[in-house]
Amino acid sequence: MIETRNKLPSRGGDANPPPTADKESPPSAAGDANVPSRDISVTIRGVHAYYGRFRAIKNVSLDVEARKVTALIGPSGCGKSTLLRCLNRMHEEVPGARMEGSIRLYGQDLYERNVDPVLVRRRIGMVFQKPNPFPTMSVFDNVAAGIKLNRFWFSRAELGDTVERALTHAALWDDVKDKLQQPGTALSGGQQQRLCIARALALEPEIILMDEPCSALDPIATLKIEDLMRNLIEDYTIVIVTHNMQQAARVSDMTAFLMMDEDRAGFLVEHGETKQIFTNPKEKRTEDYITGRFG
Amino acid sequence: MSMTTDTVGISRKSLAGARAQFQARKLTDHVATVFLSACAVLCVAVLLLILGYVVYRGAGYINWQFLTALPKPVGEAGGGVGNALVGSAVIVTIAVLMAVPLGVGAAIFLNEFPSGVLGRGIRFLADILTGVPSIVVGLVAYGLVVAPMRHFSAISGAVAYAFIMVPIVLITAQEALRLVPSTLREASLALGVPRWRTIMQVVIPVSSRALLTGIILAIARALGETAPMLFTAFGNPYWNFDLTKPMATLPLVIYRYATGPYNDWHEQAWAASFVLVVVVLLSSILTRSVLRNKFDA
Repeated sequence: MIETRNKLPSRGGDANPPPTADKESPPSAAGDANVPSRDISVTIRGVHAYYGRFRAIKNVSLDVEARKVTALIGPSGCGKSTLLRCLNRMHEEVPGARMEGSIRLYGQDLYERNVDPVLVRRRIGMVFQKPNPFPTMSVFDNVAAGIKLNRFWFSRAELGDTVERALTHAALWDDVKDKLQQPGTALSGGQQQRLCIARALALEPEIILMDEPCSALDPIATLKIEDLMRNLIEDYTIVIVTHNMQQAARVSDMTAFLMMDEDRAGFLVEHGETKQIFTNPKEKRTEDYITGRFG
Repeated sequence: MSMTTDTVGISRKSLAGARAQFQARKLTDHVATVFLSACAVLCVAVLLLILGYVVYRGAGYINWQFLTALPKPVGEAGGGVGNALVGSAVIVTIAVLMAVPLGVGAAIFLNEFPSGVLGRGIRFLADILTGVPSIVVGLVAYGLVVAPMRHFSAISGAVAYAFIMVPIVLITAQEALRLVPSTLREASLALGVPRWRTIMQVVIPVSSRALLTGIILAIARALGETAPMLFTAFGNPYWNFDLTKPMATLPLVIYRYATGPYNDWHEQAWAASFVLVVVVLLSSILTRSVLRNKFDA
């Protein structure tokens, strides 16, 4: 139902043997190599991101494991959101912004010359900090927006199934099944955010990027979304940027800690399993941040 | 102020001094309030004077025959402005069809794509162009359209109106597009929607009310301009739907009748003024009600 991805390899196995076939996965920046049978979905190598002449991210390399939650943590301004936006090529939408380095999704370089950024974004979805449903569209149209806005014709039945499936995956179907024709902005904040998640899920992306998705929500709504994330892991890979370290510890499987250097460029300090980062960090800077000595 | 305070409070002498100062301040306050209120009242009075006088002089002559009939030959009583109403409507419609795509398109270019110095220059020029005297615009339309065509025409009138409308539409459309939060564009782009579809299917619908407001304001402004019509549409005493021929318009009728020698013509000029003022007033009210609905959502 989604348009043919003639520039990117289809999900799962295909002609290009993806690195997931390897049992020995490439070492991550933290150096914990030889972890057997890791399924890597996104490989980030040597990424530098610029806004004009200002370098926001310096030489970040890390592997995002499939069907896990990876949290990006770090002090304000260290480039976490910038790194996230590089993953789905939203970074280049800012005038004057550019990226160097390579980012590969299952082996396919996302920044190759003939790769259409629009297609990349259909495979890597994004949820933003403040819920942003389209105000002129109903709940149903919001969820279906990814499909409706991209095609000139579609069948109502097909859309209906997609919308129901996406809303169910986003744990919102029961709340809104009687309100599908109401405007998207008529829901509460937490429901709106889940609506945005459903909107991203409707396109069946492989990766979901979340930029501080709960920072504008109350604690109960936050917990609901964290539960949702644990459920989504079965089918999706999630990368989340968060300021809230407790949330990172609760919700993520892997954590990457970024910091700013003297030039205000962000760099990767440590990356590893969440349990290890939070109980036994390898770097002193990580330990300082986690224990609240700065940041 | 000097104060000799004892344990109880202020001494009697300094209290009297304080009261005097207080009274002086109260007096100044009253005078200023009266003066500023008078300014406000005068402003409103001017508007009411214009509206009221037009209504007083013109409303009595309005009837169905006036609104639909052709002007009578010179010297005869009666007749109406039917052809002028239709002519104004036709010319404004064509002008809108020309000016709105241009203005909105330019606003989209300025706002949705990085345009840098060119963008600022265009906006600056547009701000200047809104101030060009309409008689100059009329002469330009004369030179560009009427002279090559060798006769006056409705098309040249529409061109003149379009020249006046484009900067207004551009500026209001750009402001309308600016009001759309960038988070909505990001949400659409993040769904893998190409930029042109984001603009057409997300940005424009969200800003549609403000865009419409801009268009209505531009129409109201153009409708009232007489000077361009003098050299372009020229006026026509008969029904005319041929765009390449001169056409009657309401401001022209007012001009010709008001400066003519017949009392009947003067009355008709007042009545036509009344119609014109009502149309402009209605469009302003329409604009405000369109805007007000926005807050209900």
